[in-house]
Amino acid sequence: MKRAAAWSILLLGGIYFILPLAGMVEFSLSMKRGVYSLEAYRVVLADPQFRQTFTYSVVMSLLTILFGVLLVVPTAFWVRLKMPWARPYVEFLTLMPLVIPAIVTVFGYIRLYNTSSWLPLTGTLMGSNFLLLMGYAMLSLPYMYRAVDTGLRTIDVATLTEAAQSLGAGWTTILARIILPNVLVAVLSGAFVTFAIVMGEFTMAALLNRPAFGPYLQLMGANKAYEPFALSTIAFAITWACMGLIQLVTRFSKHTKAAQG
Amino acid sequence: MSFLTIEHLEKSFGPNRVVKDFNLTIEKGEFISLLGPSGCGKTTVLRMVAGFETPTSGAIHIDGKDVVRLRPNQRSIGMVFQAYALFPNLTVAQNVGFGLKVNGTARQEIQSRVEEMLSLIGLPDLGARYPFQLSGGQQQRVALARALAPRPQVLLLDEPLSALDAKIRVSLREEIRAIQQKLGITTIFVTHDQEEALSISDRIVVMHQGIADQVGTPFEIYNNPATRFVAGFVGTLNLMEAKVIDAEKGVTTIGGAPVILGRPLPKGKATLAARPETIRLGRAPGKDTVLAGKITGVNFLGSVIRLRADVGGQVIDFDTFNAPGVPPPTPGTEVELSLSARDLLVIPE
Repeated sequence: MKRAAAWSILLLGGIYFILPLAGMVEFSLSMKRGVYSLEAYRVVLADPQFRQTFTYSVVMSLLTILFGVLLVVPTAFWVRLKMPWARPYVEFLTLMPLVIPAIVTVFGYIRLYNTSSWLPLTGTLMGSNFLLLMGYAMLSLPYMYRAVDTGLRTIDVATLTEAAQSLGAGWTTILARIILPNVLVAVLSGAFVTFAIVMGEFTMAALLNRPAFGPYLQLMGANKAYEPFALSTIAFAITWACMGLIQLVTRFSKHTKAAQG
Repeated sequence: MSFLTIEHLEKSFGPNRVVKDFNLTIEKGEFISLLGPSGCGKTTVLRMVAGFETPTSGAIHIDGKDVVRLRPNQRSIGMVFQAYALFPNLTVAQNVGFGLKVNGTARQEIQSRVEEMLSLIGLPDLGARYPFQLSGGQQQRVALARALAPRPQVLLLDEPLSALDAKIRVSLREEIRAIQQKLGITTIFVTHDQEEALSISDRIVVMHQGIADQVGTPFEIYNNPATRFVAGFVGTLNLMEAKVIDAEKGVTTIGGAPVILGRPLPKGKATLAARPETIRLGRAPGKDTVLAGKITGVNFLGSVIRLRADVGGQVIDFDTFNAPGVPPPTPGTEVELSLSARDLLVIPE
């Protein structure tokens, strides 16, 4: 009886999750009357604006990941190694983006860095891109920091660092050749989550007036019928591909096989 | 001049003084063990030599050079850790060659040195494996090879055998000593295992509460402990309260039986000590002192049987060899114990 109830709840949950997705995919395939086709996808992929915004967001994602790795890995490493007392404070700080809405942050940026401020970043395209990059890095901070910190927990950071130091390695070598490769799976997990966040982000990109994929999705949604569903399916597939890649990387990481053993 | 000198080394963590006025000189090629219980400061001394801790005061010189202000990666030391600390993302060969790669050695030279080191530790065919594919003993050997590969001036071993099982521990410690002697490298070995320290060291520093209680050869440390702590910590020792009858001539009594040491003793009372192996069951030739007692405990250890006797209210442990045809005395048996007065140690208060 209990077993049947558990299965029923699971099934109900599954339907609740899958049904809207199935509806979305089904609708995205229904552009041609009476037959299923990939017409909506063809139209979307042929749109130069799609290619432009998609490329922009991919580039921004990669830059955000790069910046995030350069910021988070040394910070989490240093906190674990030298300032373990500061860990709760840093964790709290990294959680801030979850409680401060993106719109508040971006208005703060615009107010601080507008054309009449001491650092008029919004006055140039590069400046706005830089601000958006910082915003994205901030949004991804909770996920990136947690992923890296969890990765660092699985290795003996202090002893590995001391071993490398005793062999003549400096901080850069230690970080690049010892710490980073050993938390690579964790870093990639954080990176894929960051990629997914940046690809779908709307608020910051829209208010900083940058040609990102998020605002393009919104624009299409407001003006077209089938294409937004095709775009949503594409965005959803990207997210799932990222999750699949996390699994793949974890599975094929050579030196962590023993831990999974 | 000594190769490595440590002068008036002090280390405090907050109000806690963990190393107090520590002095030591080590000759080139010497194997020194820092021996003591947990929390005595031995690892802190080692970490200060390595550069992982900064001394509160004092000086450390390696080959005449003050290294206190140098970072760990500038000190030319090799270190082996208790937890192996092999880099999990690198193969055995890459681990061994890491130090050489870091200091910019040419690739071919790295390869030949790695091969040489792997042969030295007896694992010439395991270069392509990852650390997780090795046993604990193999991992620690690789850690040793990795530490030695860049030809450091000093080798530091921080309880390298503690995580291994008993048999591997014995064979690996012999291997470490053989490699150290072959290379002639100055070595500091930290351990809390007295047997380890006694078996492989040129000299031992027995540490207690941040102080070097005694520095000496294993023979000196074992046979002539300088303090009550050293006497109690190194080996098993019977401490016996003795009533001094003639302090100048060294006449005293243990459990009512007269003992003539022939050495000056403190007036009133003295603490004498005897190793279990210097006491014989029954009257033995060459032993000049006989004590009467009653067996209170029998502990069969295989080749040796450790017996415990009550001698005039004092507990004395002593050893007898196992003889299959002669069963050991049972508790309650009245026995005689014999010992030589010259084997008795006078323990300073």
